[in-house]
Amino acid sequence: MAPTDQRTDDREAAFYAIVDSDGRIEPRDDMPEAYRRTLIRQIAQHAHSEIIGMQPEGNWISRAPSLRRKAILLAKVQDEAGHGLYLYAAAETLGVSRDQLLDLLHTRKQKYSSIFNYPTLTWADVGAIGWLVDGAAITNQVPLTRCSYGPYARAMVRICKEESFHQRQGFESLLTLTRGSAAQKAMAQDALDRWWYPSLAMFGPPDTGEQVSGGHTEQSMRWGIKRFSNDELRQRFVDMTVPQSEVLGLTIPDPDLRWNDERGHYDFTAPDYDELFRVIKGDGPCNEQRLRHRVEAHEDGAWVREAAGAYAAKQQAKRAEAAA
Amino acid sequence: MTTQRYALALGDDALILAQRLGEWVARAPELEEDVALANIALDLLGQARTLLTYAGELEGAGRDEDALAYWRDDRDFRNVLLVELPNGDFAVTMARQLVFAAYQYELYDRLRGSADETVAAVAGKAVKEVHYHRDHATQWVLRLGDGTDESRRRMVAGLETVWPYVDELFEPFDGADVDPTALREPWTAYVHGVLAEAGLSVPEPTASRRGGRDGLHTEHLGYLLAELQHLHRSHPGATW
Repeated sequence: MAPTDQRTDDREAAFYAIVDSDGRIEPRDDMPEAYRRTLIRQIAQHAHSEIIGMQPEGNWISRAPSLRRKAILLAKVQDEAGHGLYLYAAAETLGVSRDQLLDLLHTRKQKYSSIFNYPTLTWADVGAIGWLVDGAAITNQVPLTRCSYGPYARAMVRICKEESFHQRQGFESLLTLTRGSAAQKAMAQDALDRWWYPSLAMFGPPDTGEQVSGGHTEQSMRWGIKRFSNDELRQRFVDMTVPQSEVLGLTIPDPDLRWNDERGHYDFTAPDYDELFRVIKGDGPCNEQRLRHRVEAHEDGAWVREAAGAYAAKQQAKRAEAAA
Repeated sequence: MTTQRYALALGDDALILAQRLGEWVARAPELEEDVALANIALDLLGQARTLLTYAGELEGAGRDEDALAYWRDDRDFRNVLLVELPNGDFAVTMARQLVFAAYQYELYDRLRGSADETVAAVAGKAVKEVHYHRDHATQWVLRLGDGTDESRRRMVAGLETVWPYVDELFEPFDGADVDPTALREPWTAYVHGVLAEAGLSVPEPTASRRGGRDGLHTEHLGYLLAELQHLHRSHPGATW
């Protein structure tokens, strides 16, 4: 065996020794190139989802129906921008820049969660996003607080705490609607009707049993950057959410939803995965709008970022001159 | 004792500017600014809620913060015209922020000594928030003024856009806890200092626009309120 191969093997063995013992890989550790690329894609997609997700909820900041709700919503959308910041920073530890990642988002080479390609048509949609979309996100993300890449795991600890707060706020907002007027209750039910299946689809296509779709689940599990299958997480979400819908007095739009004593889980109708793939490919109600909005904000801000860069350079030159 | 009119005027200033700054969220030039502008909007909204609640108490007619925010028409709003101006580009927004935060800083700094405990308490908290708002705007006026040719041109235009609305901030106000005319000198010292450091001239005096404190607004306010109020008004008596 050539000496280089020996070194590569040793490095890979050291990597797997850390992963297999449930340790954390840190930015300076050796890691397989495919692991690094997969993590960049996964963390970037998560960061992009946070910043695109600001749009559907931000859509209601100006119209929030009370000043208290306006404050809660502003704080929530601000948290999402903050999550975007930590996640881009986590991705940067893998040797890419935020600018590069934003460029990949803007040129459609990287994706964001397809849930944000649905419109927020009423105020109740803001509550439904908090309850269902943040609820699904937490189900997906809590296991990532133990993922093998240290900076990502640590970012997820903080994000999950805030998401859990958002989920409770969303639930509380819907509870206020369902205890309110008939029109408010109808608004809440309509929101659940529209957001239920897209929320189930957030866990991705089936990846267990006969339906394994050739995705990345097995490899990602080996690397400790995915802990449970899409199907396990989807089931966990349904089991958690059904009792909450009962407290709200809302009906989940699935006639086949029922408790299965034998399995110890709820049986439920799967979301339409063809629709999920169509939306991922760009054919959702808001794909064009979301991306155009993001690109316009970025382009409109280019002169501001250039000015900040030019100013910083001038200040540095002044300091250098003063020191000379 | 603070008058209802005064509490309402200060509360409306904060509410309307919070509404304008909220429009930047998910549109800012960089993610840090989405966070910063949302944060400033949130501070202002918090000030507005306390001041409007207090204005309702002083009035004694059972109106709470939402009744005052959602059920008055534009002729009954008492904010200065400056805060209702459309955001324009980032330079216009930063020019408005510098002018307004520097004014609010001097105002709240003095209101901390108000004989009215509620107002003094609001001011004590708000002065720290506004100190940050003023610093945030200052840093951006410096960067844009002394950045690129384009940013400088836009910053000059931004200052010219907001300048006609400056005088109204310092007009005498009957029943004010702090005389607005006394704020002009320290405001001028601060703002002119920032402009000098940024290499920007103070815009030439122009005819000043006023009337907000008397409910005579720009055409922009009606649209802002239509958006702010429509959902609340569509469900009279509902709890949210």
